[in-house]
Amino acid sequence: MSERVAVRKTYKLFIGGKFPRSESGRSYIVQDANVALASRKDARDAVVAARAAVKGWAGATAYNRGQILYRVAEMLEGRRDQFVALGAPADEVDAAIDRWVWYAGWADKLPQVYGGANPVAGPYFNLSAPEPTGVVAVVAPGAPALLGLVSVIAPAIVTGNTVVVAASPDAPLVAVTLAEVLATSDLPGGVVNILTGRISETAPTLAAHMDVNAIDLTGVADAELAADLEVRAAENLKRVLRPAPAGHDWFADPGVARMTVLLETKTVWHPKGV
Amino acid sequence: MTATATSARSDLSELGRSETALRTFLHGLPGVDQVGAEQRAAQLGTRSIKTTAKAQAIDLAIRMVDLTTLEGADTPGKVRALAAKALRPDPADPSCPHVGAVCVYPAMVPYVAEVLRGSAVHLASVATAFPSGQAPLDVKLADTRAAVAAGADEIDMVINRGAFLAGRYQEVYDEIVVTKEACGDAHLKVILETGELATYDNVRRASWLAMLAGGDFIKTSTGKVPIAATMPVTLVMLEAVRDFRAATGRQVGVKPAGGIRTTKDAIKYLVMVNETVGPDWLDPDWFRFGASSLLNDLLMQRTKLTTGVYAGPDYFTLD
Amino acid sequence: MFEYAPAPESRSVVDIKPSYGLFVDGTFVDPVDGGSFKSINPASEEVLAEIAEAGNEDVDRAVRAARQAYEKVWGPMPGRDRAKYLFRIARIIQERSRELAVLESLDNGKPIRESRDVDVPLVAAHFFYYAGWADKLEYAGFGGGPTSRHGGGVPQPLGVAAQVIPWNFPLLMLAWKIAPALAAGNTVVLKPAETTPLTALLFAEICQQADLPAGVVNIVTGAGETGRALVEHPGVDKVAFTGSTEVGKAIARAVAGTRKKLTLELGGKAANIVFDDAPIDQAVEGIVNGIFFNQGHVCCAGSRLLVQESVADRVLESLKRRMAQLRVGDPLDKNTDIGAINSAAQLARIRELSEAGSAEGAERWSPPCELPERGFWFAPTIFTGVTQAHRIAREEIFGPVLSVLTFRTPAEAVEKANNTPYGLSAGIWTDKGSRILWTADRLRAGVVWANTFNKFDPTSPFGGYKESGYGREGGRHGLEAYLNV
Repeated sequence: MSERVAVRKTYKLFIGGKFPRSESGRSYIVQDANVALASRKDARDAVVAARAAVKGWAGATAYNRGQILYRVAEMLEGRRDQFVALGAPADEVDAAIDRWVWYAGWADKLPQVYGGANPVAGPYFNLSAPEPTGVVAVVAPGAPALLGLVSVIAPAIVTGNTVVVAASPDAPLVAVTLAEVLATSDLPGGVVNILTGRISETAPTLAAHMDVNAIDLTGVADAELAADLEVRAAENLKRVLRPAPAGHDWFADPGVARMTVLLETKTVWHPKGV
Repeated sequence: MTATATSARSDLSELGRSETALRTFLHGLPGVDQVGAEQRAAQLGTRSIKTTAKAQAIDLAIRMVDLTTLEGADTPGKVRALAAKALRPDPADPSCPHVGAVCVYPAMVPYVAEVLRGSAVHLASVATAFPSGQAPLDVKLADTRAAVAAGADEIDMVINRGAFLAGRYQEVYDEIVVTKEACGDAHLKVILETGELATYDNVRRASWLAMLAGGDFIKTSTGKVPIAATMPVTLVMLEAVRDFRAATGRQVGVKPAGGIRTTKDAIKYLVMVNETVGPDWLDPDWFRFGASSLLNDLLMQRTKLTTGVYAGPDYFTLD
Repeated sequence: MFEYAPAPESRSVVDIKPSYGLFVDGTFVDPVDGGSFKSINPASEEVLAEIAEAGNEDVDRAVRAARQAYEKVWGPMPGRDRAKYLFRIARIIQERSRELAVLESLDNGKPIRESRDVDVPLVAAHFFYYAGWADKLEYAGFGGGPTSRHGGGVPQPLGVAAQVIPWNFPLLMLAWKIAPALAAGNTVVLKPAETTPLTALLFAEICQQADLPAGVVNIVTGAGETGRALVEHPGVDKVAFTGSTEVGKAIARAVAGTRKKLTLELGGKAANIVFDDAPIDQAVEGIVNGIFFNQGHVCCAGSRLLVQESVADRVLESLKRRMAQLRVGDPLDKNTDIGAINSAAQLARIRELSEAGSAEGAERWSPPCELPERGFWFAPTIFTGVTQAHRIAREEIFGPVLSVLTFRTPAEAVEKANNTPYGLSAGIWTDKGSRILWTADRLRAGVVWANTFNKFDPTSPFGGYKESGYGREGGRHGLEAYLNV
């Protein structure tokens, strides 16, 4: 009896909740799989999808976002072995799942911790509350592939941002597999968009895009490229998260900074009178 | 301002015929934000009025004083003396103007009338069961007629605050209308007793109600409740007379009463009049101060401006 | 009929020296490689003083002094002692408030009523507020920073802060920058605007009077080149800038690829939305305060009035009547509402944009208003019939010029309000509470004033969305910009 012939997976982009091929028709091979090689046009399409998703996602209740993120963790847990099979160490996969759950719980707490009433010297109600900045471009770190990816996506979206992620060119299979998790977790299409391919191709487009509000350069290893992207980002004053320092410990408690840098604080005043 | 308020005069005269129309109109007036109104009033209070402007303001303020005594202990002797002071506030200085009016209880009107006869000083009488207004309507009207018959040419009535706060606008309106009729040729000042109305929204509504019903003046207070005239209350009333004239063409006067004791206070009010309704109201015919001790402070400051030295209370008459 | 006699504040309360050096390492020094420039009174064009212009070498000396003070004195100093210095400074500002107010009005052109009642009291309040934070940083909610990630530790300062501030609120912007920086444990080199350096230099004297350790605060005066040298200096760890969006972008490019933490507070084109159920009289005050406060030289000015069509005529009529009461003239007169435009260059920009407004078909109106002959003046002006496409509806004029647009529905108001690259502030006027909250939720602006406008407080975070910059100044949030978190 001959060995069963496996059904192979095509690793495609994740844009607007769908899995298209690159519009350029290009792909490259990683771990014996064909992976879409995203073009600048794909990056622009992803920004359009991310922008379209902002209203619904930012406008969803924090409780709802927390529920959906928790659902993602459930799906991740179910696919645990699949990530291990792709080469992610088991302890990293566990940490990634735990990280995701940790962030899920922040959805309805960060506004309380990071906002609040301000005791102004006058007859005014004065409240500061954080809001998502909008569309965030993310250059994901290459290693640890899953924990790194989770650690940059979850803090961005839990507060209501949508993201366009340039996955590490060396670890696209983990990224696309995560996209499959997201696609089956009630996460609205467009909240997370994942581009596989060359950072040098997609990141400059995202950094210069005038409809992107922030850029996370965490995964940019080349200091010169990072500086160039930051210069491009200045054109519309994107909020910038600079590259992680070498040797960054992804297993450590991440703190709230990854969330807060992608938030805008809105302060509302109103007189108190009769 | 609602669209209704800017419509033609004839429309407004219809309002008094129905409780519903009155309510709809009064509750359609724009709201007043307390903090904003108080800040504007405070800001107007920071104007610095010096030298010639101050001298001019003091004389104007003297001419606007409704020199008032409303005490159970008032006697013919007391009110005659007050009337004499109204005519010649500063016996030492003939250039000092006379006050706007003397304001007394109805029973005191005849004694004041004797003194003021032939002068340009008006004679105001409170009426309508002042200060509470808690008397049967026919008693209030009799009170009014008696004061006019005795020589008062201005009547300061109180509105029925109970009815107003209970939302019985028609009742308040009708009472003003009949009191106005009872006044004959005398001018009617309608006291809102703003200290009991509690909110600026109510002050604005009561102002409009009084004007719609025919009041010639709207006045803040009786002076008999803890909160009398304030800058922001007067500001809201000034805005009301301004808007009422824009809507109807009829000009109504404003009289803050009670609590205005110093020249500095009086000048703040004049600045507020000047910058809110303009020079048309900077006249004793359209703006008055209901006050008693204010006059002596005005006189002291006036003397200081002319002599350059600060006067003392012993140099001014106490009546 | 009731003309207010002149009521000038005495300028003799302030003693202006003929010339000023740079304030470096606790003393006033002459520039090594810089020149000098003059600061003038914009209300009279009279020269007030000769000011040192810092060159690269001077900036370097100031940064080195700040580094030295950071490492040797201010960094190691316990927070409670830093607090006491800041409290001292706050007190001296209160004691010398009249002097500061007069000097601010002389150098900037703003009415004494504002410098006396708004700017200087807020300056003192700001130092008081941040003074109290200096020994409580571990409670500010930012965690302990990288060195003590699991909480409990005191978050660390960044080091030397380079701060560049604008001319519209010279002393207040200084306070917004210096107070949180020092409270967090940083030392600073601050460059005031070239047209308004005098109160910063008086502040330097106040630092001396407070016995603030040398080098903790350094003031380098000069123009754009001095500012560039400062923000590009490799020895600074933090750059904070308030000013134009154009310069803000240049600074963002300049610090790209460095370790420098950056906060920017930039331009705005705020919408002030008046719904048909607004408290009209207070709304009119708010509109006036929104655009004519400080001659409209306010980044968060309510420069676009969005008024619901059903009340537009009524609001405009009231607004015009109110504008006729504005008193334009001598900034030192206590009754002046609108002072002088800060500089000839700014006046030229306001004129140019106003002319563009007329040329593009908007209708221009100003109340009758006599302007002084000498100095830089611009009458309070409104443009009606403005559309979103007009330059005066899109570009920041930074002057007493209001563009009036109309809308029909709340959704249209929000759409127009957000239709700008800026996002600093916005106003909402309505008596309906749920409409305020609905609208505030949708406005992309860092500060939303509902039924009020242009209110500031040291406890209240201030800063913008989008191209209005990033980071917040004021409040607990304002500390974050100066901590390594």
